[in-house]
Amino acid sequence: MSNSPTPAIRFNQVSRYFGDVKAVDQVNLEVRDGEFFSMLGPSGSGKTTCLRMIAGFDRPTSGQIFLYGQDVSSLPPYERDVNTVFQDYALFPHMNVADNIAYGLMVKKVNKSERMRRADEMLELVRLTGFGKRKPSQLSGGQRQRVALARALVNHPKVLLLDEPLGALDLKLRQQMQVELKSIQQRVGITFIFVTHDQEEALTMSDRIAVFNEGKISQVGTPAEIYERPASPFVAGFVGTSNLIGGEVAKRLTGSDKMFSIRPEKIHLGNVNSQPEAGMVSLDGAVRDVVYLGLFTRYLVETEGGIDLMVVEQNLKTTSMDVLSVKGQKVRLFWHKDHINPVGG
Amino acid sequence: MRSNSFGPKASWGLKLAALGGLLFLHVPILIIFLYTLTPDETTYTFPLPGITFKWFGIALQREDLWRALTLSLKVAAVATIAALILGTLAAAAVYRSNFFGREAISFLLILPIALPGIVTGIALRTALGGFDIPFSFWTIVIGHATFCVVVVYNNVLARFRRMQGSQIEASMDLGANSFQTFRYVIFPNIATALLAGGMLAFALSFDEVIVTTFTAGQDTTLPIWIFSQLTRPRDRPVTNVVAMFVMLITFVPIFLAQRLSAQSSDTEGETK
Repeated sequence: MSNSPTPAIRFNQVSRYFGDVKAVDQVNLEVRDGEFFSMLGPSGSGKTTCLRMIAGFDRPTSGQIFLYGQDVSSLPPYERDVNTVFQDYALFPHMNVADNIAYGLMVKKVNKSERMRRADEMLELVRLTGFGKRKPSQLSGGQRQRVALARALVNHPKVLLLDEPLGALDLKLRQQMQVELKSIQQRVGITFIFVTHDQEEALTMSDRIAVFNEGKISQVGTPAEIYERPASPFVAGFVGTSNLIGGEVAKRLTGSDKMFSIRPEKIHLGNVNSQPEAGMVSLDGAVRDVVYLGLFTRYLVETEGGIDLMVVEQNLKTTSMDVLSVKGQKVRLFWHKDHINPVGG
Repeated sequence: MRSNSFGPKASWGLKLAALGGLLFLHVPILIIFLYTLTPDETTYTFPLPGITFKWFGIALQREDLWRALTLSLKVAAVATIAALILGTLAAAAVYRSNFFGREAISFLLILPIALPGIVTGIALRTALGGFDIPFSFWTIVIGHATFCVVVVYNNVLARFRRMQGSQIEASMDLGANSFQTFRYVIFPNIATALLAGGMLAFALSFDEVIVTTFTAGQDTTLPIWIFSQLTRPRDRPVTNVVAMFVMLITFVPIFLAQRLSAQSSDTEGETK
């Protein structure tokens, strides 16, 4: 990571207000050279506004945006070495696929034969060789997606922005494109900034993730950091599923009444007579609901403090066919102290 | 081939009704064609007492006719060009930005086509008189432009609304400046709308009578010339000849426009 000291993108106290609405509120951010960086958050959290400000479609109300050290805050989109893959692809319907891809080269007055050569190169990169003469309307959603990617990459931008590009694809295609995007990113070595509201997508593809909430960044970290050590109740709840425990129960278990989070898969279900091993804590409760999901089973356990905890256990044992019978039974929950994650607040 | 995909075959009754409707619309036009050949000067007798082509020769030699025709073509051309430019700009402004008074401007633009021509005509005449502007070629053009702009504006605005807005951003993102974006992305998207709007504007201007009578002064456009011919029964066959040529001339652009817009709607139909 230290091969380039200059970050690809740096936000310095960037804000964007729409009237009274603080879409982006004093955000500081660094995206490293060559990384796959995701901006994750619910709709209206400011992630797309940040992306649009990097692209130049929108300008910060205050603060600066640096692209490899250069202040680009007030440059128009066509003077920034940044390209975008749009959510709706935004292909030009009147041009064929090759002309769409070569558009960036055409407006830069690259000659025709060179343009077509590089368009072919890009078509090969996105595995659409031979599709150059087709019109966008003759392509499937997944193919249009690839053309949009090829068109954005043909100029070799310093940073590629992707605005929820997989949102319109069906699940299977989306998972396939996730793998492919990642591999293309590694091949071309360009910094990717990927906006999504899908936490699974962000966890799968990213080197690092910034979690956005209400115009601010809640946490920046690797997928594992974000998942295992969420810094706030919001992150704990938005990325994966979390149980939040505070108050009296927290005090008895950790010695402090500060809120902590514990992931459902870290909790073990035992019978009421079993004793915790060293380093484990325990909490008694009754199983209120059982959902059998094939690969694993989800239990909802009502514990002594009146707190409902979600517990997930893999169906490893032969007795997993009987999981439904534990409904209503008293159980003792165990988890390792290391998995307790204080979330502040 | 295409009709097969549209439900069951039409009944005989419907076919007859359609045929009747088409005949009702087009037989009067054929009558005009027919009576360009009559040797009668003033009356329409049927069957024709004979066949003659002399009216074509007479029409060709009528100086006033040629003057009216050229004037009409010039006015229609200039009014159409003005409408294309102003209508496109207005549509772009109303589509792209959300400024104070946007709805009002949109309404005011559409108003002239809804207003009776006589009102527009009187209003223009009063205004021209008030500012002491002499009647000329340009006052006719201004009068026609009031309703020609609307036609282009409506067509282009509808096209803008159907166009994916992110295309413009995509173009700028890929390095195109505003001019290149217009030339390579916006213009191709609205070209057929401009063509359709332009032709309609041209046609509206070419046969306009009411507003023109208020703004033309001594000049005579073709429709006014034809109109005034009604008071001279002896020239009736000449008027028929002129009417026929006007129809033949307008047939070409209408036919082309249909072909063009049919092509573009085919490709649009293929998406999704």
